[in-house]
Amino acid sequence: MAEPSNLKEFTKGIVQYNPLFVMVLGLCPSLAVTTSVKNGVAMGGAATFVLICSNFIISVVRSFIPREIRIPCFIVVIAAFVTMVELIMKAYLPPDLNASLGIFIPLIVVNCIILYRAESFAYKNKPLVSILDGAGLGLGWTLSLCLVSAIREILGAGTIFGLKVSESYQPAAVMIMAPGAFIVLGLLLGFFNWWKLRKSEKSMKAYMKHD
Amino acid sequence: MIKEIVLIIVSVVFVNNFVLAKFLGLCPFLGVSQKTSSAMGMGVAVTFVMTLSSAITWVVYNFILLPGDANVVARIFPSIRESGLIEVLKTTSYILVIATLVQLVEMMLRKMVPALYDSLGIYLPLITTNCAVLGVALLNTTDSPKHLGFLQATVQGFGAGIGFTVAMLLMSGIRERLAIVNIPQSLRGIPIAFVCTGLMALAFFGFSGMVQ
Repeated sequence: MAEPSNLKEFTKGIVQYNPLFVMVLGLCPSLAVTTSVKNGVAMGGAATFVLICSNFIISVVRSFIPREIRIPCFIVVIAAFVTMVELIMKAYLPPDLNASLGIFIPLIVVNCIILYRAESFAYKNKPLVSILDGAGLGLGWTLSLCLVSAIREILGAGTIFGLKVSESYQPAAVMIMAPGAFIVLGLLLGFFNWWKLRKSEKSMKAYMKHD
Repeated sequence: MIKEIVLIIVSVVFVNNFVLAKFLGLCPFLGVSQKTSSAMGMGVAVTFVMTLSSAITWVVYNFILLPGDANVVARIFPSIRESGLIEVLKTTSYILVIATLVQLVEMMLRKMVPALYDSLGIYLPLITTNCAVLGVALLNTTDSPKHLGFLQATVQGFGAGIGFTVAMLLMSGIRERLAIVNIPQSLRGIPIAFVCTGLMALAFFGFSGMVQ
């Protein structure tokens, strides 16, 4: 049973600080690989692994890293784990999945989410909470990738997880291509903003009534 | 030769624009495109770093990472000659080259062109984590469809930077207009910028098929 505060470190990454929809970080892979849910899950898993490991290592060695050169140190740690993940994926995943993720696996090195957590969380906190923080944000990012890629796969290819959704639906191929990605993510971000605004308006009204 | 270079530039600026077709460099694209002046400065700085890093990573790839006779490290450690260092050191060495280069550019600009240095401000160190810079270095050295020469790789880096600048300038023009338009509150800022980018990408689709 985790302590309540530890549990909070884990869950905050899923809704409150969702990397994609709330903080708008890690945009490039979120758009490039979300052509199908399978790709989204693979990308999210790889980034989550790197995030957890790099958070842990940086948090363990944080007292040895001089402040002035902390960013290069973070990048070297992250690059090492990205290389590991790249080799693991090449060994165990089907080649077509690797081909569709392409250069976006090595590009996890420059994913803003990972560097941001290293700088603002792992460099200041203990190893255990850093692992939880990494796992939470990684899961939050993976879930949002799944949402974006599910919408794009259903609209653009008429399938989900490769299974056909409906016989009569004529897929709109543009949703799989670049313009569809931008428009889907833009509208999703707008939707989450609207949701947040409505919630804060409601609580404001309730507060006024109470008064 | 000149025809090939022109083709590479046209292809990478219009047909395979890094931002609009390949989704690279989106963070600075959305973060710095509010004003045309800062978009221009960022574009120039990124183009400069991209050109230099393409050249240097090509040298690193061909003379340090790839297995074979040309490998310099293999002269000292003969066991590396067969396998090369390509699997284990590619990502790490590229990101170190880029980080060093950005630091160097920062120091040079501060000493030689202080005005440009001041106007770029925080964006200069952030180029290190611009995925378009690492992306072009990786794409230059994948060997698919073919092994690029030194000149082609450098030109591709330069062209990618120009393409990034073009997209940034177009976007900043649109966003300067958007700032004074009445938009539903929940779509203001990043969401509407994304939808506009989508429409721009759709327009750039018109170039596809122009160059193979």
